[in-house]
Amino acid sequence: MYKRPESLSDVRTHYCAGCGHGIIHKLIAEVLDELELREKTIVIAPVGCSVLIYNYLEVDGLEAAHGRAPAVATGIKRARPEMLVISYQGDGDLLAIGTGETVHAANRGEDISVIFVNNAIYGMTGGQLAPTTLVGQKTLTSPAGRNSADVGFPIRACEMLDTLEAPAYIERTSVHNPGAIRKTKKAIFKALKYQKEGRGYSFVEILSMCPTNWGVQPPEAADWVKSDMVPWYPLKKFRDRPADEDADKEKAS
Amino acid sequence: MSEKVLMKGNEALAEAAVIAGCRHYFAYPITPQNEIPAYMSRRMPEVGGTFLQAESELAAISMVLGAAAGGVRAMTSSSSPGISLKQEGISYIAGSELPCVLVNIMRGGPGLGAIAGAQGDYFQATRGGGNGDYRTIVLAPGSAQELADFTIEAFDLADEYRMPVMILADGYIGQMSEPVVLPKPSGKSFEKPWALTGAKGRKKNIICSMKLIPDTALEEHNLRLQEKYDLITEKVHRADTYMIDDADWLVVAYGTSARIARKAVDRLRGEGIKAGLFRPLTLWPFPEKELYEAGSKVQKILTVEMSLGQMVEDVKLTMNGEVEVDFHGRAGGAVPALDDIIERINGYERENHTHVQAS
Amino acid sequence: MNRGIPIIDKERCKGCGLCIVNCPKDILAKTSDVNDQGAYYTVCTDESLCIACGACALMCPDAAIEINKLVEAV
Repeated sequence: MYKRPESLSDVRTHYCAGCGHGIIHKLIAEVLDELELREKTIVIAPVGCSVLIYNYLEVDGLEAAHGRAPAVATGIKRARPEMLVISYQGDGDLLAIGTGETVHAANRGEDISVIFVNNAIYGMTGGQLAPTTLVGQKTLTSPAGRNSADVGFPIRACEMLDTLEAPAYIERTSVHNPGAIRKTKKAIFKALKYQKEGRGYSFVEILSMCPTNWGVQPPEAADWVKSDMVPWYPLKKFRDRPADEDADKEKAS
Repeated sequence: MSEKVLMKGNEALAEAAVIAGCRHYFAYPITPQNEIPAYMSRRMPEVGGTFLQAESELAAISMVLGAAAGGVRAMTSSSSPGISLKQEGISYIAGSELPCVLVNIMRGGPGLGAIAGAQGDYFQATRGGGNGDYRTIVLAPGSAQELADFTIEAFDLADEYRMPVMILADGYIGQMSEPVVLPKPSGKSFEKPWALTGAKGRKKNIICSMKLIPDTALEEHNLRLQEKYDLITEKVHRADTYMIDDADWLVVAYGTSARIARKAVDRLRGEGIKAGLFRPLTLWPFPEKELYEAGSKVQKILTVEMSLGQMVEDVKLTMNGEVEVDFHGRAGGAVPALDDIIERINGYERENHTHVQAS
Repeated sequence: MNRGIPIIDKERCKGCGLCIVNCPKDILAKTSDVNDQGAYYTVCTDESLCIACGACALMCPDAAIEINKLVEAV
């Protein structure tokens, strides 16, 4: 009844035990299988823990410089519009160094799917403050906890992009328990299906666990997503224009 | 019958890119190359291509990387400070072995500088600019015609060797209008089995510059890149020479500096002084063989640049201390004066006579 | 009512425990044995109680769990 997806490479990942990336890669692989998109997909790898994502999915892979994945995705989607282009990024990539590229690819309404893995910290480099780190959260570079008077407040990517006109689909989900994971899979399914149908830019933000840098065991990390992250980052569908259009068409006919 | 058209250098370059089959162009406005994105914004849709004004030069070079990974001919253009922004992307493109064409229509620096033409980016172009052991082929056109001709070649070189190729011209050359005979396509085409076209019926392709596994992977990768660069060093260097056969004094210059130097050579020859001009057309690989041959036969070399001394280092390296290398340069958009070059060479003549008389 | 069998690939398991805390029947537990990677892998302690809810397979970051649904007796 449940088998390992074919689009997931048969290798051991380097991710820490309990890391959300593993769950999300698995969901992407399942969706690629279900929508039969594996052979048409190009994944753009960020800089961050998921820099090696191209080793874990059986699709063509392309490395981008830190933060530039949406621009790289733009370039290759414009060159090969028949391909399914996924830009997979973490906090630093998408909301720090890459903020410009993130906003502008969304603003242009590029026909790409952006998967944003938000674990409120910089994992790969040892656990530094991220634009998404919560107020009071202790990190390697905010040892006394994030001080909003000094470095401001965590950025809500979905809400920010929701001010733009062009994006077609924006949703925030999480992977802290089975129900949440099912909703995440639905969101990823939508994002990729919409791109397959040429319906515009999709953005899925996924609240995820980083047990190692949060300094807790994986089950506690999952709990923390629910208890601390969700209140600041509400799980919500911000817009789903393709669904609205389809509903309108239904009504009209 | 080839038709001569009056074209701005920048526009000749843009049209040549279209002729070469480039259908993906990404750039950000910056003086003095704005004619290129303006031209492309009109021309690309006409040929079914993509023109995209990126949000920054940083974004533009990553768009080029993406498009190139898809196996198409992609180009970006900018000027000095914008090229600085692109260095990270260029390093990634070189490390990932992707082909692309970069255009730097140089302006005065450092920093924001000014908007008049200069030649202050020679180091940046030929010594990397981005991190790591990589090289970029650098072509140095000296006229609107050459801007067009070299663009055709640039795309072919990029595809053949899977690397970034830079067209390096000072702002004056980009801005001047001159008669141009638009080049024809070269007719060359290159297979790209490495391109990302979807893993259908084949193993997945991965394009990346990070090589972590095994421990030796990155060094091996670099050694392979170096083999490629060695091959290019052997095959790709070019120079133009003028009146060097019997020259006593050799002026070495490129771009606008060379146009002035050539005039100086003419005037000097008119006065019976045997000057000659050596004009590198490739700055990397530097035409060492040709320069060494020409330089060994003269008494002294004068390098003239619109900078405070960058190419002169390559001239000195080439001549290996065997012939004295002098320098004359201007900075910040100032152009070397004809009279200054003539006067410098006259000075050599006078020195020479003094010596001869003394001995 | 045994509805399924969770099959945990012991070598893929990193011992994160996410499946354990999400199993509604509490039939998953870490062993004190280690796999080739040195992780305390998880096993199913009583297959007869598995209801094939899929929670464990959903949670697993390493796709180490497959579930075989049993044909229900008529």
